[in-house]
Amino acid sequence: MKFNQTLVASAIALSAGGAFALASSNAIADCAISVDTAEISVLGNEFPAIQAIVGAAEGCSTDGVTFASNLTKEHREIQVAALTADPSEYTVAVVANSTLVTLMNDGLVRPLNALIDEHAPDLPDNLKITVGDDVMAIAFMANAQHLMYRQDILEQAGVEVPTSYEEVLAAAAAIKEAGLIEYPLTGTYKSGWNLAEEFVNMLMGFGGDMFMDGSAEPNLDSDEAKAALAMMKSLTEFMNPDFLTFDSTIAAAEFEQGKAAMMNMWGSRAGSVLDDEGAAEGVVENIGFASAPTVGGGDVPASTLWWDGFTIATNTSDENAVASFQAMVSSVSDEVANANADAAVWLMAGYEPTQAAEGVLATASAGAQPYPMLPYIGLMHTALGNELVEFLQGSESAEQALADTEAAYRAAAEEAGFL
Amino acid sequence: MPHRTFWLFIAPSGIAMLLFIALPIVSVIVQSLHIENEKVLIVSESCGPFGCKETTRVDEEASAALNAERPLGRFNGIGTYTNRNHLAFEEVSAAWSGRSSFADFVDGVMNLPFYKALVFTLTYTFVSTPFVLALGFTLALAVNSLHRWLKGVVIFATLLPFIITPLIGSLVLFWMIDADGIIGKTLQFIFDNPELSLKASPALTWITIITYGIWHSTPFAFIVFYAGLQTVPGETLESAMIDGASRWERTRYVVIPYLAPLVVFVCLIHLMDAFRVFEPIVGFNASANATSLSWIIYNDLSQEVQLFGSAGATSVLTIIGVMILLAPVVWLTWRDYRSA
Repeated sequence: MKFNQTLVASAIALSAGGAFALASSNAIADCAISVDTAEISVLGNEFPAIQAIVGAAEGCSTDGVTFASNLTKEHREIQVAALTADPSEYTVAVVANSTLVTLMNDGLVRPLNALIDEHAPDLPDNLKITVGDDVMAIAFMANAQHLMYRQDILEQAGVEVPTSYEEVLAAAAAIKEAGLIEYPLTGTYKSGWNLAEEFVNMLMGFGGDMFMDGSAEPNLDSDEAKAALAMMKSLTEFMNPDFLTFDSTIAAAEFEQGKAAMMNMWGSRAGSVLDDEGAAEGVVENIGFASAPTVGGGDVPASTLWWDGFTIATNTSDENAVASFQAMVSSVSDEVANANADAAVWLMAGYEPTQAAEGVLATASAGAQPYPMLPYIGLMHTALGNELVEFLQGSESAEQALADTEAAYRAAAEEAGFL
Repeated sequence: MPHRTFWLFIAPSGIAMLLFIALPIVSVIVQSLHIENEKVLIVSESCGPFGCKETTRVDEEASAALNAERPLGRFNGIGTYTNRNHLAFEEVSAAWSGRSSFADFVDGVMNLPFYKALVFTLTYTFVSTPFVLALGFTLALAVNSLHRWLKGVVIFATLLPFIITPLIGSLVLFWMIDADGIIGKTLQFIFDNPELSLKASPALTWITIITYGIWHSTPFAFIVFYAGLQTVPGETLESAMIDGASRWERTRYVVIPYLAPLVVFVCLIHLMDAFRVFEPIVGFNASANATSLSWIIYNDLSQEVQLFGSAGATSVLTIIGVMILLAPVVWLTWRDYRSA
């Protein structure tokens, strides 16, 4: 895994308290749509940052240009079908690392190079998601799971803010021993997508790889994978026994209600964790954010970096594409970012990070790896989410769970034409 | 009715069934026999906010050309049916030949997703059916003996679980059985065990889902039996009373035989419904402990990379399962019909 120096350079700028750095100007075209009649319709995930972006883009609608949006947690399930139709049901799909490849596999989103040249020539390079020579998406925010902790509880237990998962375990043991909280840890361990994501995070921390180099062959029979599972198992021993039903909503609620002292949680939840809704007394003012911990003596945080961005559908008219692009790109602005500063870690150059962004920025600057953008990663993610469960329940060995995952993945990948 | 009239009469629904039921099933069968064309993979550099990296991706044009050539994908015969994620012939025979004991073989088979789901589906079906029949019948008898002013209210209240959308019903129960919910806390208090959690262990999750299933389906059985009770001839009951039959004897020798065809009907419908159990698994976030055949189909289709062949194969296997399940009941009915 080789990265060029941009990451390091931007990471330094971040830790210095700056924004995701790029020298270029932020002069993005104002909301002026150059076609008379067009239909813009947006499909995307539902959380405050995306609502802010899409809300801003909606302001571009005119008499001739209509705007509709469908923001839903189930967006992944409908996006392929909705964009395969010709003309497609949506002109814009808001995607992340993992969902972009699925759309690209079938050629459902169009390269944006010409649209950028013509309508947004000043767009900074760090917002462009390029694959080969084509710009396939415009990113506007970053996300990562990172450590959220209760400063007061850690102090009472006499421990420092942990920087590695080994320290997290020690801190959890100290908290439990001191009788402060029964289940000091919580996390997004719900069987399925969430659980698989936690495994990917941990595997990254150990420096492991899910696939043989450059192919779709699985590579889970490794010491790193076993170590990652063993660490997850140790962590779950400090969690509420229902952990396999905990998604980010439930885990965040546990934390806000003071039933857990530490969790590895999505940066995009930071804003809602910090607000005063749903929190028990004395929780909010004691919350701290830090980089995702490292693990096994590694120096890379056990987390993956994500971006969210927008794409334009292939199967829509050029007028719709132009209008959609202009509306969406106009909302990728410093004003939108700073007006919703708590909602996300924005990638726009003029964004001024708030406390809610600290964790993601720290994780990125500590060198966390992006979630792999591979066409077959979704199949692996699914197999992991289903097959690791029995290991965490204690009814199966790590070797067996990993072998099962490989077998389930292999069957699915053969069917999908990757193996 | 003359044949012509009969055909004209059923033609509209016949055509609708052909279009909306038969053809989709044929399409599902065809899809289950195919797998996708091989994907042409290329490596190129991709860049984003976190830097650049060499990544593998699908060569869209080459893959599109393959898809244009073979739009259905590659013919795979029953390959998808027998692979590890379905009937898993290879894995099952390996588990058999490598077994150290029968229990070891069962363990090996239960490790395969299809069989794991099948076992839960069948357990759910066979445990809930007798409860639904018995409870539905008991409720119908009880309500039937109420004063008529009370009946309306009681019938409405009894039907509520059936009226509530399954997903909502299971979500409500999910929150109630949470360790902090009213049922969860009460159980912890009763069993004096603060660690007790209905969501953590497979056995308790199964019991919870089956209980939910009974709660949800009993009203259907109740309302059918209750309607049936209204048609039990009063004269027969009266003559039984004159003959000195007790309340239990009247129920056993008059009411139950009279309602027997309804029992078969309720049984058929509930078996079919139960075999397709799905919502409670989603509602209870229970996929770690319990999966069903319908849940596997959903899981294949709700991912980023959708597996239509795989989902099709599980659907066909589910249809076959329903047919096997219903065969004895249908055969019994047919035999009675013949002898009658």
